[in-house]
Amino acid sequence: MGRLLLVCRLAVKDLRYRPVQALLLLLAIAAGAATLTLGLSLQGTTNNPYARTRTVTNGPDVVASFFPGNSNASGPATGVNPGGSNTPGTGAGEAAATSLLPLEHASGVVAHSGPYPVTWTLLQIGHTTGSAEVEGRNSGSSPVDHPRLMQGTWVRPGGVVVEAAFASAFGIHVGDSLRLGGTAFRVVGTAVTAAIPAYPGTCGRPIGCFLVGNIGSYNPGLVWATEADAKQLAGSSGPEAYLLNLKLNNPAKARAFVNRYDNNASSTAPTLYSWQSIRDGDAQVIAKVQKVLFTGSWLLALLALTSVAVLVGGRMTEQTRRVGLLKAVGGTPRFVAVVLLFEHVLVGLCAAGVGLLVGWQVAPLVDKPGAGLLGAPSAPSLTGTTVALVVAVALAVAIVATFVPAIRAARQSTVAALEDSARPPRRSAAVINLSAHLPAPLLLGARLVVRRPRRLLLSVFSVAVTTSGLVAVLIIHARSATWSLGPQVIQATTIISVMLIVLAAVNAVFIAWTTALEARHPAALARALGATPEQITTGLSVAFLPPALLGALLGIPGGIAIYDGARSGGGTTTLPSALWLVAMVILTLLVIAGLTAVPTRIGARRPVAEVLQAETA
Amino acid sequence: MNEPEKVLVRAQGLRKEYGRQGGLVRAVNSVDLEVARGEALAIMGPSGCGKSTLLHLIGGLDRPSAGELWLAGRRIDRLSERELAGLRRHEVGFVFQAYHLMDELTAQENVELPALLAGRSPGEARRRARQLLDQVGLAERADHLPSALSGGQRQRVAIARALANEPQLVLADEPTGNLDSAATLEVLRLFEALHAAGLTLVIVTHDERIAATADRLISMRDGTFVDETHLAGGTRGNLVDLAGLGSE
Repeated sequence: MGRLLLVCRLAVKDLRYRPVQALLLLLAIAAGAATLTLGLSLQGTTNNPYARTRTVTNGPDVVASFFPGNSNASGPATGVNPGGSNTPGTGAGEAAATSLLPLEHASGVVAHSGPYPVTWTLLQIGHTTGSAEVEGRNSGSSPVDHPRLMQGTWVRPGGVVVEAAFASAFGIHVGDSLRLGGTAFRVVGTAVTAAIPAYPGTCGRPIGCFLVGNIGSYNPGLVWATEADAKQLAGSSGPEAYLLNLKLNNPAKARAFVNRYDNNASSTAPTLYSWQSIRDGDAQVIAKVQKVLFTGSWLLALLALTSVAVLVGGRMTEQTRRVGLLKAVGGTPRFVAVVLLFEHVLVGLCAAGVGLLVGWQVAPLVDKPGAGLLGAPSAPSLTGTTVALVVAVALAVAIVATFVPAIRAARQSTVAALEDSARPPRRSAAVINLSAHLPAPLLLGARLVVRRPRRLLLSVFSVAVTTSGLVAVLIIHARSATWSLGPQVIQATTIISVMLIVLAAVNAVFIAWTTALEARHPAALARALGATPEQITTGLSVAFLPPALLGALLGIPGGIAIYDGARSGGGTTTLPSALWLVAMVILTLLVIAGLTAVPTRIGARRPVAEVLQAETA
Repeated sequence: MNEPEKVLVRAQGLRKEYGRQGGLVRAVNSVDLEVARGEALAIMGPSGCGKSTLLHLIGGLDRPSAGELWLAGRRIDRLSERELAGLRRHEVGFVFQAYHLMDELTAQENVELPALLAGRSPGEARRRARQLLDQVGLAERADHLPSALSGGQRQRVAIARALANEPQLVLADEPTGNLDSAATLEVLRLFEALHAAGLTLVIVTHDERIAATADRLISMRDGTFVDETHLAGGTRGNLVDLAGLGSE
């Protein structure tokens, strides 16, 4: 009982006595735990909002589409001119619309709305240009797929309603003016529907969509206009497609209905898709976000492991005398190891709690299809598996990083620990020979940095993991010239990038701090012999650059491998431009130089006499 | 009284070596020593003569390279690290020049530390710590962190901690080395009281005034004993006067 109390007291008191270190340790582990929670808790989050929207808007069970221009493609077609020469005239379009009519009376159909004309055109609002899928609607309500207005009123001549997620992404508000195919319209409302995947997943349904002109970098968003306005936008060639919404007596059999009536082999047959495929189209966006977050969370966990290893190493360096004292008053090596491990396990547990809470709360913000679906996105429920996995990862990170330093500290000679003498450095003849020709500050810096190979390796690893993540993000953005990215993915990559950079910065600072702490005696001696604090700082900071450069260079193939692994698909990877990669490497070196200068500078400012006296006390 | 009852510490041919071959240093070189129960022994000598190393060996902080070492009739030079920890927990109390208090623990918690390590209940450890802090005159400072205490007060906390498990032997390594005269006097008075209570003390010091308060004085040089003086009448009752601090 007494020993248990003592272990708890020593752990808690030490954490409270060094709050900044404890907080950084907690943040490092919590960052990985939060991202992992986020990735795990996003699974299936679109199901409920989609079901709600479907109920409220009386969403269709099956949507049938017909392309009069023989474009019944099942995937997105890019660069198609809506006024193409091979499209039939208005008469042909209307005749095509009538070809959908038999489905209204097909077996199992209990209600329908449409056929509605659809055309694809350019959308301009202010200086922003996008692509729009314009669907012609009556001003009255429809029995099937009755979009729920979020703001404003329903369509009227010259007045359009914009799908809510599309409006949110482009900053379109009720009352704004926009141009569709060069014609000015007033935005009179925003609405949600369950008949099409919300922006940017519009192209996620089986019929795909048309992308207009040379603006392939934008997904088309849905805009409702009056039928007359939609037909006018289509021009003389007429609408490019017609959509018919069907309600079945048994929605669960929508896929079977689609299989029965859809005939992709015939160009004259309509294309059908079920409400389940629309729901899956919505889920595609989250699936991409999830992939980014999941990959990112593992990168962050690796980085957290490095951070914790560095932080623990630094803490152990500071706690040498404490270890000696514990042993001097009768603590066994096992007791000392238990105290050190328990302290970090405690932090790991707290970090898991913080990570779970943050990930759980942030999930609805990332689950942005909620903007295009009804019901405010709420925090997903945390499953037992998610909690167990996150706690296990956080604890594993804490234990793995602490184990070796704790055992080493526990085995250290009591007398040496009480004297707080630094572990004897490893010496490398190659480094000694290489650095012999350097100016004195650089020579000192190089030898001090190289004498701890494990820490040097952690430094390289930390930079390599961070730059790998950044290169993977750059590749994703290099591909964003195509239409496949949405704001959610960009948001997720931004979150991951920022967290990677912050953790890497913490690592850099602590590696430099630990080195400066260990270098206090030789640095004080050098200053006693005439070196300035600036020379000491410069020497140490510059010595950190070669490992940073190596890490940054390793990050380039690392990032490509991570992207390829996460994509798990064929095709070639679009690499970011060489300029971007060079800029990233240079920026990495500058940041590392700046970050390492701070702790080394603080270390070099300690009075020489104080350091030398402390060493001899 | 048989030997273990009379002699608390016995060393024979004790050696401690560092380095190898040409770089070999004998910090303690073939030392023979006996310390009687209740005796106050002072060890003096220049820096690097091996006196602190000898103290570390006696207290089980370090292991000898050769020779035999006995404490209360038990041979301790071959004990494992775990057994040595037990020895330090129950038989020996240390007082260091640099105090070596846990910065993050209060005075009371620092004194409780050895008792809790020895498996005493938290309540018992607390009561014992209160009693010891009262004994060293720091009951009102029990809840202060070491950083809020003066050098003399820290050393008194360290002495209280050394007594937490009622050890047979207290080893003090330059206990007044960092203290001014007033604080030195406070610490000496405590040692006087401990000695009067029959506790065995081994004090390593540079200060001749402190050494003069002991029953016996051993001088060391280059790892060996070069002189031994039995001080007339010991120190009981007049330790402070002997130290020449009474008028300060």
